[in-house]
Amino acid sequence: MKRAFPIFAILTAGLLSYGLYGALVQAPTEQTMGDVQRIFYYHVPSAWTAFCLFFVNLGASIVYLLRRNPKADALALVCAEVGVVFCTVVLVTGPIWARPVWGIWWTWDLRLTLTLVLWLIYVSYLMLRRFSSSGQTPVMAAVLAVLGALDVPLVYFSIWFFRTQHPQPVVGGGGSIDPRMLHVLLMNWLAFSCFAMLVCWSRYRLEILRRQVEETQALESLLEAGNSR
Amino acid sequence: MSTPAGVTRATLAKDLRLEWRSKDAINSMLFFALLVVVIFSFSFDPTAEESRRIAGGLVWVAFLFAAVVALNQTWARELRNQVLDAYRVSPAPANSLFLAKVLGNFIFVSVLEGLMTPLFVVFYNLRAIGPAYQLVVVAALGTWALVVNGTFFAAMSLRTRSREIMLPLLLFPITIPALLAMVEATSSILTGEFSAKFWIVLLAVYDVVFTTGGLLFFEIVLHAE
Repeated sequence: MKRAFPIFAILTAGLLSYGLYGALVQAPTEQTMGDVQRIFYYHVPSAWTAFCLFFVNLGASIVYLLRRNPKADALALVCAEVGVVFCTVVLVTGPIWARPVWGIWWTWDLRLTLTLVLWLIYVSYLMLRRFSSSGQTPVMAAVLAVLGALDVPLVYFSIWFFRTQHPQPVVGGGGSIDPRMLHVLLMNWLAFSCFAMLVCWSRYRLEILRRQVEETQALESLLEAGNSR
Repeated sequence: MSTPAGVTRATLAKDLRLEWRSKDAINSMLFFALLVVVIFSFSFDPTAEESRRIAGGLVWVAFLFAAVVALNQTWARELRNQVLDAYRVSPAPANSLFLAKVLGNFIFVSVLEGLMTPLFVVFYNLRAIGPAYQLVVVAALGTWALVVNGTFFAAMSLRTRSREIMLPLLLFPITIPALLAMVEATSSILTGEFSAKFWIVLLAVYDVVFTTGGLLFFEIVLHAE
């Protein structure tokens, strides 16, 4: 497993460079939007990757609640952290693209608002983990992850209705996509997913190590206290 | 006494009696909501006709903030003299305690709303153009949504450092759809421009989902330590 990590890292670096080449050079320039559309190859794959990571977080949280397996909890934590980073990338690249194309930085459209609310829920998840110092943090966090997931469809329907009630003239994507663009997009998604997996992997190892160190330290201080008596 | 309903009744009666004698929660909530009303009125012209459109949002934001004040006290009260620990080792079902707390907070926040609504009407010159009886339904469902989640997350944030800050941080993101539904339903009824039916249904679904979720997980949260 340890040897696989650098190999996977090199593979990911290759994929990311190929993805960058594809996004900047290979993909045709969009007719109306021009070069600014190329941010799409980072924006959309980041969004998909973030949503996948949140999904893994939910799965790991459910497994933790059922089995109380600490590895599932570490996986949930790692996925939430990396997912929030990717979600932040989505929320930052979106306005950069929207400003020249829509003329506004932000609009309270369905997908934008849903992504923002999802980001808020997962930031509150990370806050809970940070502020809670007891040994039961994993349980609380897992419960919050499940409740947050229950919330997502409700958020979806509420904003969907909110927006259909007050329609806004927003130029959405829609229409067909050039196959070369689709190719670059999927390539970038693959690269981003690999990158996310790589970061999760190393963060996961770090988290497991950190917990082992904590356990050892606790054990040592217990032993010391026993010896000094 | 030992039935789950008996435990709920006893805990609820105890909370109501405590509140009746001290009036801590209701006083702090009332004063807080009053401050919010006054401070909001500086940010726009409260008597203008357009303010009717934002009044729904205003009312609920004031109630949300005020409810957090009461929700923060609901479990903190049980920490003194290790009441919560005693509850944990007793065979009484955890969900009875949860339901009692939710009902108690529901009553407190409803009383607050009953007292504050006339004030809103006077200060902001409100008048419902749509069907006003729906406002009662929206208020009941909306308050339940706030309170059921608030009680649950208040119990969760008991174990964290600086728990008073933690409660809104956990509660607000999850409550966004319910808050949106309450605000939109109230605005629809006040302006009479749209039907509030969809929002009432959404609120009811929200209440069912999160009441079930709360009852499902409360035992885990209570015994987590």
